[in-house]
Amino acid sequence: MQEKVFEIRENTEIAKDVWEIRLTGDTSGMDKPGQFVNVSLPGFFLRRPISVCCVKGQELTLIYKTVGKGTGTLATLREGQLNLLTGLGNGYDLERAGNAPLLIGGGVGVPPLYELARQLTARGLKVQVILGFNSSCDVFYEEQFHDLGCDVTVTTVDGSYGMKGFVTDALEGRVFTYYYTCGPMPMLKAVRQKCHGDGEFSLEERMGCGFGACMGCSCKTTGGYKRVCREGPVFRKEEILWEN
Amino acid sequence: MGKLNVDLCGIMLENPVIPASGTFGYGYEFAQWYDINRLGTFSFKGTTREPRFGNPTPRIAECPSGMLNAVGLQNPGVRAVIEEELPRMSACFHKPVMANISGFSVEEYREVAEQLSPCPQIGWLEVNISCPNVHGGGMAFGTDPKAAAEVVRAVRDVTEKPVIVKLSPNVTSIAEMARACEAAGADAISLINTLLGMRIDLRRRAPILANTMGGFSGPAVFPVALRMVWQVYDAVKIPVIGMGGISTAEDVIEMMLAGATAVEVGAANLVNPYASLEILEALPEVMERYGIKSLEEIIGGAHRT
Repeated sequence: MQEKVFEIRENTEIAKDVWEIRLTGDTSGMDKPGQFVNVSLPGFFLRRPISVCCVKGQELTLIYKTVGKGTGTLATLREGQLNLLTGLGNGYDLERAGNAPLLIGGGVGVPPLYELARQLTARGLKVQVILGFNSSCDVFYEEQFHDLGCDVTVTTVDGSYGMKGFVTDALEGRVFTYYYTCGPMPMLKAVRQKCHGDGEFSLEERMGCGFGACMGCSCKTTGGYKRVCREGPVFRKEEILWEN
Repeated sequence: MGKLNVDLCGIMLENPVIPASGTFGYGYEFAQWYDINRLGTFSFKGTTREPRFGNPTPRIAECPSGMLNAVGLQNPGVRAVIEEELPRMSACFHKPVMANISGFSVEEYREVAEQLSPCPQIGWLEVNISCPNVHGGGMAFGTDPKAAAEVVRAVRDVTEKPVIVKLSPNVTSIAEMARACEAAGADAISLINTLLGMRIDLRRRAPILANTMGGFSGPAVFPVALRMVWQVYDAVKIPVIGMGGISTAEDVIEMMLAGATAVEVGAANLVNPYASLEILEALPEVMERYGIKSLEEIIGGAHRT
């Protein structure tokens, strides 16, 4: 955990209610895909945890959905500074990828998979990606994953773009060594049921501090009580108690 | 004696800044970022007899100038605290620490106090009779003077260490609660715990917190906390620890002028991990600005004007 001030460079809507903010600052200690930052917003008491989408040199990219007043306020910012707590959470374990990893993202669960795909492709691995959205207006980052050399499949629930259905409908016939996923809980549960083999899941929870002090985001796991912000947000399949 | 020193029930604090229970864990996280021995002390996560997961999530909600929490006393239980947490804590904190204890019966408070009291690291027992997030315990004892006194007596019976009683603001007369605790043998009063509150999610048309209600804390509650510290200072002779929304060195001075001997910093630690340290570091300059030579001399100072 480090407290850093970043400069806002660009903040643009890239899909319906989905925004990409580009920041510059000291990105040291935030190299693990799946980690998050906790953003202090003017006029709000609690910080907002947002997963890291991409770190390149001094540039940090975050993608967030405007779901309430806090993220709504973030979307109005075009310049100035943001105070972030960086390097939070454990991140995905790249060593488990094998030679043909599969990445499955749903909605705003997609962003952390982008940095993961960057690092996996940089290792020379052939990466398959399934991106799931509700409708064509929600789709983002398909080209960015393509540009990394990933094999990308986009699904939409209403069939208005890509393959009609859920991310799990795009699993048939796939051969992969390990999977990494992030998205809403119903999607994670479906992935767990329909995806053979082993994998990692990034969980989401309302947080107080984001650095392990308040016990606001606790979850029960096979290894006892864990903090999503500290021991997570990424958990291995066998750690998660799915009935919760 | 240094100008920041204060005497808390016979134990000298190097300064009056104390991170509040439930916002500082057992200190380990914060010890990675700064030397937590610079603090006066800290109050560690509330301890119950049995391990507790606490309430289902969501446990946290945003409020104007504050937050709601309904963690529900998650802790590993008194045995694990003694066998695992305290030894681990001793590696990063070398001063007497404040043990915050909670229970669901008078007997449970007594047992937890009895087990923690002999631990040499522990300087004070802070008895939480004010947690709004558990049913059948916590605040149930903190809203009835007779029940509060019973808990205090039970703890008093099993420890020689200073007993601090942490009061709930969710009462009609805070002075009456404080007097009952003093009469039952309390050595100090700490207040306020959180104010009972709630928020509703407009999309789901349902409470945000899984527990429906939670404790409201943060800068918004500071005036309420200050008023209650003022009233309790008038009501009892034992020292008062002020808390509730403290986020600046000026707030510390204000609390002490209202009657606090020391202060606890809570929610501020959760949005700024360096909050307690920054408050402490700012104190000398703020004291100089207001012509304060030593903190001890301003305790209750606003009552004398």
